[in-house]
Amino acid sequence: MKFNTKNALIAAALACSMQGAIASGDNVVHVYNWSDYIDEQVLTDFTAATGIKVVYDVFDSNEILEAKLLAGGSGYDVVVPSASFLARQIQAGVFQKLDKSKLSNIGNMWDMVENRVAGYGPLNDYSVNWMWGTTGFGYNEGMILERMPDAPVDSLDMIFNPDVVSKFADCGIHVLNAPTEMLPMALSYLGEDPTTTDPDVLKKAEAVWTAVRPYIQKFHSSQYIDSLANGDICLTTGWSGDIFMAQYAAWDADNGVEIVYVVPKEGALMWFDQLAIPKDAPHMDNAHKFINWTMQPEQIATATNYVWYANGNLASQPLLDPELLGDPAVYPTEEAMAGMYTSPTYDASTQRVVTRTWTKITTGQ
Amino acid sequence: MKNYRKIISGRTAVIGIPYLWLLLLFLLPFLIVLKISLAEPIIAIPPYTSLLEWGDSLWPTIKASLGSYLFILEDSLYINAYLSSLKIATISTFIALLVGYAIAYSIAKAPTRWRGILLMLVILPFWTSFLIRVYAWIGILKTEGLLNLLLISLGVIDKPLTIMNTDLAVYIGIVYSYLPFMILPLYANLEKMDFSLLEAAADLGCRPFKAFWTITIPLSLPGILAGCFLVFIPAVGEFVIPDLLGGTQTLMIGKVLWMEFFNNRDWPVASAVAIILLAILVVPIMYYQKSQEKAIS
Repeated sequence: MKFNTKNALIAAALACSMQGAIASGDNVVHVYNWSDYIDEQVLTDFTAATGIKVVYDVFDSNEILEAKLLAGGSGYDVVVPSASFLARQIQAGVFQKLDKSKLSNIGNMWDMVENRVAGYGPLNDYSVNWMWGTTGFGYNEGMILERMPDAPVDSLDMIFNPDVVSKFADCGIHVLNAPTEMLPMALSYLGEDPTTTDPDVLKKAEAVWTAVRPYIQKFHSSQYIDSLANGDICLTTGWSGDIFMAQYAAWDADNGVEIVYVVPKEGALMWFDQLAIPKDAPHMDNAHKFINWTMQPEQIATATNYVWYANGNLASQPLLDPELLGDPAVYPTEEAMAGMYTSPTYDASTQRVVTRTWTKITTGQ
Repeated sequence: MKNYRKIISGRTAVIGIPYLWLLLLFLLPFLIVLKISLAEPIIAIPPYTSLLEWGDSLWPTIKASLGSYLFILEDSLYINAYLSSLKIATISTFIALLVGYAIAYSIAKAPTRWRGILLMLVILPFWTSFLIRVYAWIGILKTEGLLNLLLISLGVIDKPLTIMNTDLAVYIGIVYSYLPFMILPLYANLEKMDFSLLEAAADLGCRPFKAFWTITIPLSLPGILAGCFLVFIPAVGEFVIPDLLGGTQTLMIGKVLWMEFFNNRDWPVASAVAIILLAILVVPIMYYQKSQEKAIS
């Protein structure tokens, strides 16, 4: 038996060291990005041009990515957190500063996006923008107008005015299960500063949500895409690109469902997904090469034309589908952008107030 | 001499492997979770303070905090979530027992050549991913779903039933998902039962229902207990089914744990929630263990 154990140990040790050798010698880059967020062509072309193989994994929430990063040793070379999460992860020491000398295409980036991102902290030292969008709401045109022909479809009244919302309760209403975005949304309806980190102001959002709570069927962050496309629900708060995805799915299925995305006139939350390199990235050089590749106007334009999200690359705009560039729901007008806000980064105790308030709203507990 | 040593090492291996398994896959992870539950959250990698602090002295100082446990006791949210999880798990287990017993009993009474096929039918759904089967229930239960379309076309109802996103959908999901865990131990038990006892009871003038109640049920008690535990324990901590099928008001401890870990990034409180859940579950498990020992002796 001892002999066997020894053999097993030797075999295991050999396997480990061989794996180590493969991992460090292999010419790869491990990318961890949001699901449905790129045109595969961008990756294929990168490998063809540089010989670096891309191992591409996807996630569907910032929280999942953050848990992996905070546990350490994720093994990823490039990850794509949203700016408000990235700011805190930088504080936790997860990321390293980008080596700008390796990023020759950085001049293509859009200063409007960089300036907004700088509001979160020194994010531009650590990351470059991948894509950005807004948090608004989407609705099923037929079902809503049938129930309320003069519905205030451009306003947050659709979500927060009980007299309006109650009319749509029977056709199904979903709300994102994202407290850090949904509380600011209620504050902007109230006319309060949505970017506040003051717990007393944040608590004011509770009454706004509680008033419409009886009409909401579910708080969930991904089910609404399918449900909206299938006509199972008629109204939902959601992320711009997700609503466009539902729009496309309904069009593709030709089921008579017409979906509209709205950036409410009271202002909307703007979010930014940023490319960054963890401190313990095993393939630092390849990570920089990959980021530099995506900053080429042709590459990011290919991705944007495919996923229908705006990007932070100014030089790519002439290469975009004109219909997309001209759509104010994707690239809002300057006027609309002035009224937009970014979500703040809460410290631990404020975060707890936010989550607890949200739990009270959603479960009544 | 050589032979003797071989027997010893063989026996050690047989006893040792399960212990090693438990040590590596249960005790060690449990101790890690316990350790984290005694720490405090910070913004760092990993996001909690370390339990041992190595200063200048030879011995490390232990920095343990019961703050997370106190926090859980202070806020009624957690107690309500535990109670609601226990309630949902208890009701689901009871329904699964009723349905599972009927199915296991009919399989055990079926002709021998049929039993294999019937058991196969019970196990067959496992060939499809659990997650996909739960998603399939969305297609069945939703307002425009298969169930409502069927009932409306049959004229049973005129307006679609709202089942999706309610507690009822959670019960359906749990009972459906865990039913095989109820049927299999019950079948294993009922199959071995000596049905001639029932014939003897009938010969002596006992009515079938009374014979079932006084003979079959007590004899199948170990199977009932095993099945109930296999359903109850995973149901208490269930996350996927309430998340996908349940509505907003469905409060379960699995969801609260997710929220603490991912939304609040408070690993110590999340760990404390898990430790308390474990403590709640250990009591019925110990009881089961005791009753098993009694049954053997």
